[in-house]
Amino acid sequence: MASTFLPDKRTGPETDLSPPPTSAARGRRRRRARHWLTAVGFQVPALVLFGVLVLLPILFAVYAAFFRWGGFGMPSDFVGGDNFVRLFQDPVFLGDLWRCFLLVALSLVLQLPFALALAVALNQRVRGRAVYRMLFFAPYVLSEAITGVLFAMIFAPGEGLADELLGKVGLEGLGGEWFADPDMVMATLFLVMTWKYFGFHMMLHLAGLQSIPKELTEAALIDGAGPWQRFRNVTLPLLAPTLRISIFLSVIGAIQLFDLVWVITQGGPDHHSETMAVTMFQYGFKRYQVGYASAISVVMFGISLVFALAYQRFVLRRDLEGATTTMRGGGK
Amino acid sequence: MRLPQKRAGLGTSVSAPVPPAASASEPGAGSGTGAVPRPPRRRSLRTLPLHLVLIAVGAVMAVPLLYAVLSGFKSTDQLSGNPVGLPDPWVGANYTGILVSGDFWRLVGNSTLIATATALIVVAVSALAAFSFARFAFRGREVLFTLFTMGLMFPFAVAALPLFLLLRSMNLLDNPLGVILPQAAFGLPMTIIILRGFFRQIPGELEEAATLDGCSPFGFFWRVLLPMARPALGTVSVLAVVTSWNNFFLPLLVFTDDTWWTIPIGVQQFQGQYSADTARVFAYLVLAMVPALAFYSVAERQLVGGLTAGATKG
Repeated sequence: MASTFLPDKRTGPETDLSPPPTSAARGRRRRRARHWLTAVGFQVPALVLFGVLVLLPILFAVYAAFFRWGGFGMPSDFVGGDNFVRLFQDPVFLGDLWRCFLLVALSLVLQLPFALALAVALNQRVRGRAVYRMLFFAPYVLSEAITGVLFAMIFAPGEGLADELLGKVGLEGLGGEWFADPDMVMATLFLVMTWKYFGFHMMLHLAGLQSIPKELTEAALIDGAGPWQRFRNVTLPLLAPTLRISIFLSVIGAIQLFDLVWVITQGGPDHHSETMAVTMFQYGFKRYQVGYASAISVVMFGISLVFALAYQRFVLRRDLEGATTTMRGGGK
Repeated sequence: MRLPQKRAGLGTSVSAPVPPAASASEPGAGSGTGAVPRPPRRRSLRTLPLHLVLIAVGAVMAVPLLYAVLSGFKSTDQLSGNPVGLPDPWVGANYTGILVSGDFWRLVGNSTLIATATALIVVAVSALAAFSFARFAFRGREVLFTLFTMGLMFPFAVAALPLFLLLRSMNLLDNPLGVILPQAAFGLPMTIIILRGFFRQIPGELEEAATLDGCSPFGFFWRVLLPMARPALGTVSVLAVVTSWNNFFLPLLVFTDDTWWTIPIGVQQFQGQYSADTARVFAYLVLAMVPALAFYSVAERQLVGGLTAGATKG
C-alpha cells in the first residue's frame, strides 16, 4: 500500500545502529517521533473506549472470579480457585457445557449443510431467487427478543400454531409440550435458532460461492466432471475459508447464547435449556453471587479464546497441507 | 439485490455450455429466437425438485410471520376458536390500540435515539482508528490491530457482569449513555476492520497530491478520505444501527425503570403483562418487527454486504 505518511525509511527496532547524532539525524528522529504521535493520536478515542468498556471489564471479571463477593464495595474475601472448583462440580454448569456442545454439534451437522445446500441452490439461475434470498435472511434482522416471544407463542402447548398444524395433518402425536418438555426443549430451541440464523450462514456461503472463479468449474466440466464431482472437488475446497468462518461464528454464538433462551424459557424447565450466559445472569444479577458469576464469565472467555486459537492453528495447517498435496497430485 | 447475468450460470442444471443468447432467461423472450435450440421443458422438469424445496423452505420461513400478522387481526376469543384460518371478522383494534397509545412510540423513539447515537460514535471513532491503521506505518501498529481484532472473539456476555458494575459505579444506569457507549465499544472491532480494508484501497497518489497541496493528515482524512468512503461508512452505519436496535441483553441490565426501555425490552414486558390476551401480543410483535424489516428492505445491500465482509475479513 503506497502511503505518503511513512517515515523517511521503514524503521524496525534495530535502527539504533544509526551514526552518531548529527543535527540532520536528530531532526529525522524528531520527525519520526512526531509521525508516531500523529498516527497514535488517531487511535486514542478508540483505545479509550475499547480499553475502558471492553478490556477493563474482562480483566476485572478475571480478578473478581477469585473472591467471594456480593457485588458491592470492592471484593475482599479472597477464596483462591474455590469458585472454579465449585463450578466444575455444579451439575447445572456441567449441563450448560453439554448443551453448548450439543448446539454446536447440531449446527455443524444440520444447520450448516442446510445453509450450504440452499446457497448452492440460490447460486443458480432460479426464478425468484432474489425473493428467496431476502425471505431466508429476513429473520436474521429481527431482534432475538421478538423472535423468542413469537416462537414461545407458536409452540404454546395445545393452542399454538405448531400443534394446530400437526393436528390438521393428523400428526398430533408429534406435538407436545415443546419448550415445557425437558426432553424436547433443546430440539425446539434448535429449530428456532435454525429459523433465525441459517439465512445468515447461507448469505456467507453465497458470497463465498460467488467469489469462486467460474473458469475453474468450467474447466472441470470440460474435463468431464459430473455435478457432484465438481461440487466435491472444486467448489467445496475453495469454499473452505468461508465454511471455517461459518463454524467459528456458530461456536461463538452457542457460547454466548442468552437472549432467545432468556425470553422463551429463562433456562427452564428445571435448567434443561440453561446456557452458560443464563447461569451467569442468574448468579450475578438475581442471587448476587458476583464472584461465582465472574468465574462463569472467565470460563466462557477461556473457552472462546482456546477455541479460537486452537481452531485457527489446527485448521489453518490442515488447509495448507491440503493445498500442497493437491498441487503435488496435480503435477504428474 | 440484482446480480449481473454472468454470475448466474454456475448451475448444475444445464448439462452443456449454453450460448449467451439462450442463457438470458427473460420470460417469453426465448420463443422468437429459433436459431438457438433450447429444451425448455426438460429444463423446467429438472429444476422442479429445486423449486419445490425452495417453496417449502420459503413457507417455513414465512408462515410464522404471516401467522403473527393474521393473529393480530383477530380477537383473542376468535384466535382460540380459529387459530389457523383468516380472521373473520377482521379486527383492527389490537393494532390501533397499540398505535394510539404513547408507550409504543416512546419505545420507538428510545430505540431510534440509542441506535443513531451508537452508530455516530462507533463510526466516527472507528474511522479515525482505521485511517491510522490503513495509512500510517508506526511502531506498535500490528499489536494494536491484533488487540482490536481479538475483540471479535469476546462474547459480549463475558463482559456483561463487570460492565454492569462499572456502569453502576459511573452512575450510568438508567441513562441512555450506559447502553450507547458500551455498544459503540463492542462495535469497534468489526467497524475498524471493515473501514481499514476500504481505506487501504484508496490510491496513495491521492494522498501525495493532497500532501503536496499542503493538506495535513487530518485534512486529508476529513476532506478527501471520508467523502470517498461514503459507501463503506453507509455499510458500517447500517450494521451498527441494526445491532443496536436488536440488542436485548445490555438494555435489560442497564434500564431498571421503563423511561428508556427499547423495543426488545418492551416486547418482553408486553408479553408478560398481557400474556392472557394473545392476539394483542401478536399485534404488538408485528408492530415491533415493522421498523427492522422496513429498514432491511431499504438497506438490504449494505446490511448483507457489511455482514459478509465483516465476517470474512475478521
